[in-house]
Amino acid sequence: MTFFSHLRKAAIATAFVLGATAVHADEQYFPLQSYRVGPYAAGGTGFFGGFIDYLNLINIRDGGVNGVKLTWSEGETQYEVEKGVEVYERLKSNPGIAAWNPLSVGIAYAMIDRITDDKVPLITINHGRTDTTDGRVFPYVFPLLLNPYSETSGIVNYIASKEGGLDKLKGKKIVVLYHGSPYGKETIPIYELLAQKYGFELSQIEVPHPGNEQQAQWLTIRREHPDYVVLRGWGVMNPVALKTAQKTGFPADHIVGNVWSNSEEDVIPAGDAAKGYTAITTQASGEQYPVVQEIVKTVYGAGKGNLEDKSRIGSVYHNLGIVNGILNVEAVRIAQAKFGNRTLTGDEVRWGFEHLKLDPARVEALGAKDLFHSINVSWYNHEGDGYVTFQQWDGKKWNVVSDWIAPDWKLLRPIIEKSSEAYAKEKGIKIRTAEDAEAVVSN
Amino acid sequence: MAVQALDAGRPSIDWQKWALPAALIAVAYCLIPAYASSYLVEAILLPFLALSLAAVGLNLLTGYCGQLSLGSSAFMAVGAFAAYNFNLRVEGLPLAATMILAGISAAGIGVVFGLPSLRLRGFYLAVSTLAAQFFVQWALTKFGWFSNDNPSGVISAPHLVIAGFSFDGATGRYLLSVTTVILLTALVWRLVNSATGRNFIAVRDNETAARVIGVPVLRTKLLAFAISSFIIGVAGVLWAFTYLRTVEPAGFNLDRSFQILFIIIIGGLASIRGAFLGAAFIVVFPLALSRLGAALFGWLFDSGVLDMSQRIVLGALIIIFLIAEPNGLSALLDRLKRRIGSRSS
Repeated sequence: MTFFSHLRKAAIATAFVLGATAVHADEQYFPLQSYRVGPYAAGGTGFFGGFIDYLNLINIRDGGVNGVKLTWSEGETQYEVEKGVEVYERLKSNPGIAAWNPLSVGIAYAMIDRITDDKVPLITINHGRTDTTDGRVFPYVFPLLLNPYSETSGIVNYIASKEGGLDKLKGKKIVVLYHGSPYGKETIPIYELLAQKYGFELSQIEVPHPGNEQQAQWLTIRREHPDYVVLRGWGVMNPVALKTAQKTGFPADHIVGNVWSNSEEDVIPAGDAAKGYTAITTQASGEQYPVVQEIVKTVYGAGKGNLEDKSRIGSVYHNLGIVNGILNVEAVRIAQAKFGNRTLTGDEVRWGFEHLKLDPARVEALGAKDLFHSINVSWYNHEGDGYVTFQQWDGKKWNVVSDWIAPDWKLLRPIIEKSSEAYAKEKGIKIRTAEDAEAVVSN
Repeated sequence: MAVQALDAGRPSIDWQKWALPAALIAVAYCLIPAYASSYLVEAILLPFLALSLAAVGLNLLTGYCGQLSLGSSAFMAVGAFAAYNFNLRVEGLPLAATMILAGISAAGIGVVFGLPSLRLRGFYLAVSTLAAQFFVQWALTKFGWFSNDNPSGVISAPHLVIAGFSFDGATGRYLLSVTTVILLTALVWRLVNSATGRNFIAVRDNETAARVIGVPVLRTKLLAFAISSFIIGVAGVLWAFTYLRTVEPAGFNLDRSFQILFIIIIGGLASIRGAFLGAAFIVVFPLALSRLGAALFGWLFDSGVLDMSQRIVLGALIIIFLIAEPNGLSALLDRLKRRIGSRSS
């Protein structure tokens, strides 16, 4: 019975595909370099699950974006760069590609040259290469909402707000516990810069990869007796840090996690030790937001939900996938308003991303009020001034404990430009102007 | 066995020996650039060429000279990062010189980590070469200078220009790769058929006996480490510059060392052809399997389940292969050829 129902489904799908190609319906395609296997599968299934759920919602509820159906296919990367490149080469020949969303720094790096040649946007939401924020040098790369430098500034601003203002940071002591990898080390100079600016005492301690033994580091922390510990962790390092903190008697509510230490997968293994732990996020978790509710009703109700474990609906990675879906779809919608309601070229979608302005009112209209704050991307600023918020783990779920906080973008921009200009010089890239950004390749 | 084969093939040996390589070179330079799709070049041929070259290098050390090494990906990393820095810091250095200097840097590191081989053998040596693996990765992450103080420690490949011609396109990078691989493989082929190559084999088969007949054992071992690391270093440059176009230290982890070791074990130890067969098996076969799996069952399972089952199938096939022919694909091919030959005669 089930086999036959599958067979019937396949037959219908085939007929549908044949029919669709016959009438040349407009479609916009999302190639997904997902990872559902391997050490980072928890993040991959959540993020790509949320992304696909949102695309499904748009197709089922609205019949696509202004009648243009959204399509996608997946290639498994296991978070490995070579597999990501292979999937890229395999899927890039599909027609109507809107944007790439690998959710992997390594794969994103390997794709920068390739997508720039192909003129298709590369979205690295909440992560990626910091200096791609500079749209003058990286026309096709978008580290939407939050790059690592903004994250650093957001965390320091949050600690300041807890202490009663930036001027109260003077004389305070902050320890940054970072993962011993390029990712972990990336923000060292930014913490130093902020320590100098606000006059707090800073000490940055490395935890060698993978970080399943941190006794020595936490003993040092106990000796230094800091006011706050910032956890810039990754994978197993996070629960181990929380457990070791408990053992050495450091209170969890004075540990602040970064964007890769903020998921359920980071705290649940730590058990009780994680109670009170706070972490940064760009998208609040929970399923109370209208858009998440609609996904539950429309997509999961129709049996088309992507998550196998329904209790993960509204988790940190699932909601990140949904927000990523909103940003991609809205970029397509904005580009359609200029170029017409049809299948767009990658360069036209790039134009859409460069005009992706969603103010709080528009975010509310999309059913995402309080899920994320707003975004304001331009050809010049590819990050888009994302706001951050902080969530505290109560042992069962994350609860938002702060307002939406703005990182100090003005302070960071010159550092980013210095780095991107050095890259432009190294690669012989001509720095783009506003006029260049308006020139769009359509076929 | 070798004598038999020689006797049987004597009348036409030269023709047979040169026909296949000539045909392969013709395909590599004429057919592939003209007809291959960008997927074939970018996702299959470029990693295949880089890994083949690394396997040729490791085979020289492990297959011919009998020194087991788990440091291959560290030497690849040294080559890649050295090439990046030479290119960045020495104005106007030609690409070929960059690659040679990168190879020499890798050879230097290789000799240093080859020193324990003077006292250690077999698995003990393998464990000591692990030190290279961890040390190189640590140093490249620790000192920002190696990645030009890039905040995230990831470097990207420069423009590939030789004599004013750009090799940045897929075909250009492929031609650059294939030429490098052919040149170095030809050199290795010359080497293993020379007195030095025979010294390698003598050291592998019986060190004491080799010393008695006057083989300079210490020098031979270090030479093997140097040449092997040189080749693996150049393979690292190909991996970074022509294939991925970006390098991060984490990309050259222990898994890659094992992968290269498995290539020569599956392909056949002490066989140049084996390195290529093994690399083809490791690179192409999982992809073919995954395409086949997706085509047959893609509508039933999600990509995660498919990927898991491919691993199981791949693992089972490797076991079956090695039971059927412990000397690897190269020996399997010989056996096949002999069988066809005996049937036709």
